[in-house]
Amino acid sequence: MTELICIVCPKGCHLRVDEENGFAVTGNGCPRGAAYGHKELTNPTRVLTSTVRVEGGTLRRASVKTNGELPKGRLFDAMRELDGVVLKAPVAIGDVVVENLLGLGVDLVATKNVPAR
Amino acid sequence: MNEAQYDVIVVGGGPAGLAAALEAAKEGAGKVLILERNDELGGILNQCIHNGFGLHYFKEELTGPEYAARFIEKLADAGVEVLLGAMVLDISADKTVHAMSREKGYMLLRAKSIVLTMGCRERTRGAIAIPGDRPAGVFTAGAAQLYMNVEGYMVGKRVVILGSGDIGLIMARRMTLEGAKVLACVELMPYSNGLNRNIVQCLNDYDIPLYLSHTIVDIRGDKRVEQVVVAKVDEKRNPIPGTEITFDCDTVLLSVGLIPENELSRQAGVAIDRRTNGPIVYENMETSIPGVFASGNVVHVHDLVDFVTAESQRAGRAAARYARDGEPGGPCVLVENGNAVNYTVPQKIRTDNVDKLVEIFFRVNFVYTNMVIQISSGGEVLASFKRDHMAPGEMEKVAFPKALFPKIRDGKITVSVVKEEDAQ
Repeated sequence: MTELICIVCPKGCHLRVDEENGFAVTGNGCPRGAAYGHKELTNPTRVLTSTVRVEGGTLRRASVKTNGELPKGRLFDAMRELDGVVLKAPVAIGDVVVENLLGLGVDLVATKNVPAR
Repeated sequence: MNEAQYDVIVVGGGPAGLAAALEAAKEGAGKVLILERNDELGGILNQCIHNGFGLHYFKEELTGPEYAARFIEKLADAGVEVLLGAMVLDISADKTVHAMSREKGYMLLRAKSIVLTMGCRERTRGAIAIPGDRPAGVFTAGAAQLYMNVEGYMVGKRVVILGSGDIGLIMARRMTLEGAKVLACVELMPYSNGLNRNIVQCLNDYDIPLYLSHTIVDIRGDKRVEQVVVAKVDEKRNPIPGTEITFDCDTVLLSVGLIPENELSRQAGVAIDRRTNGPIVYENMETSIPGVFASGNVVHVHDLVDFVTAESQRAGRAAARYARDGEPGGPCVLVENGNAVNYTVPQKIRTDNVDKLVEIFFRVNFVYTNMVIQISSGGEVLASFKRDHMAPGEMEKVAFPKALFPKIRDGKITVSVVKEEDAQ
């Protein structure tokens, strides 16, 4: 039995996951908590948010996120990948910044509109 | 001199101001203006690049800039005017807003109603009087967040964070991902004021230790921070000699609380609640000055922007109605703080102005389990709400139905929190 705090939403339910019973989850307030409890003990994943450089824009950086979750163990690899990225303004929310990041099947997308200067 | 007349003027273009202005326009206010001192709308959301915003309001998980954009995009269609780079200097009793901007110069803007949405500011090192040297490298967490996420500067390499508020926790993760080593998150209280999910995904995920009941007792360094000394504190929050831990670091981030920014409100004569440091408000977010409303972090510091949005829509709606119909009258009930309750918003309820129910927001003074929230009047409990878990870091909300208003005695209700076994 492992006790977890759910991170799916700000409520922060106190979950109990039973590894010996097919990762059955109790203490969850919604079905997403049950899914999280199972996944957190088998294949933990996170959405990554960061920023990348922008040239010729009203701002120097554009914020970005992965449009799906990455394996927790690959977050730092993904951060290194972002280091060299430079966008040209204008940038619009939803623009794909890096397609299929690290071959993990999720894209890095812009989360900020940066108009050209 | 620039002069103009508006139905509703909104002071501040962060999440509260955006929601209030859009809702005022939707409620029929013809001329609505947002005055924003920054060069872009969105307020603090612009630097909150992490996700988790909007789960209540949009039913999806957005980053801060995306959440802001959802509202900004609607302004043009709604006919809301925006003035950026505009600083409000004074609001006079006849609801004239004195403002200036580089572009327009000095402006006298008259409004039928005003919504105050100036947000809050961070407490600084000066406010909590940390002893030690005064080197560079001591930042408030929000300032560091602005430098990193908006300006693109790394603020340090080896970091100690004082305070476990959400901004501090979010910055612990952010700095770690950008290559810094976060050595410790130090919290004076025996519990964290941040959301549980942030302890998990910002500290635990990166093996950053959280020192509860500890504080910084010394900052050392000549030009730049070189060392920080942390000590355990007793129940009275005094450092215990002999428990000192020394960290070699170059940066200290402070996440030690937020204070509603009410200089303009005070200047205008708005009555302020000493408990929230924000305006005393009625059920519709109207302040002590008729036609002047307030919402968001300028009233009380929120945990979730979704609740700022909902509260500000209430303020915007009420401001539009005031501009059209004037002041709602009728009897007024005072909301008093009972056991374990630190403050409530609203503090006053005009019963005739409530539709079906009134939502009362509050915070408790400590961490509790298995409690019952009671709303009582004249010694009688009118409504009870069960809670498994309560903490000062989590704002509570109860809905008090209008059907129970006839039971209110002496124009007062009390919100209190009691142990389940002590509840009647």
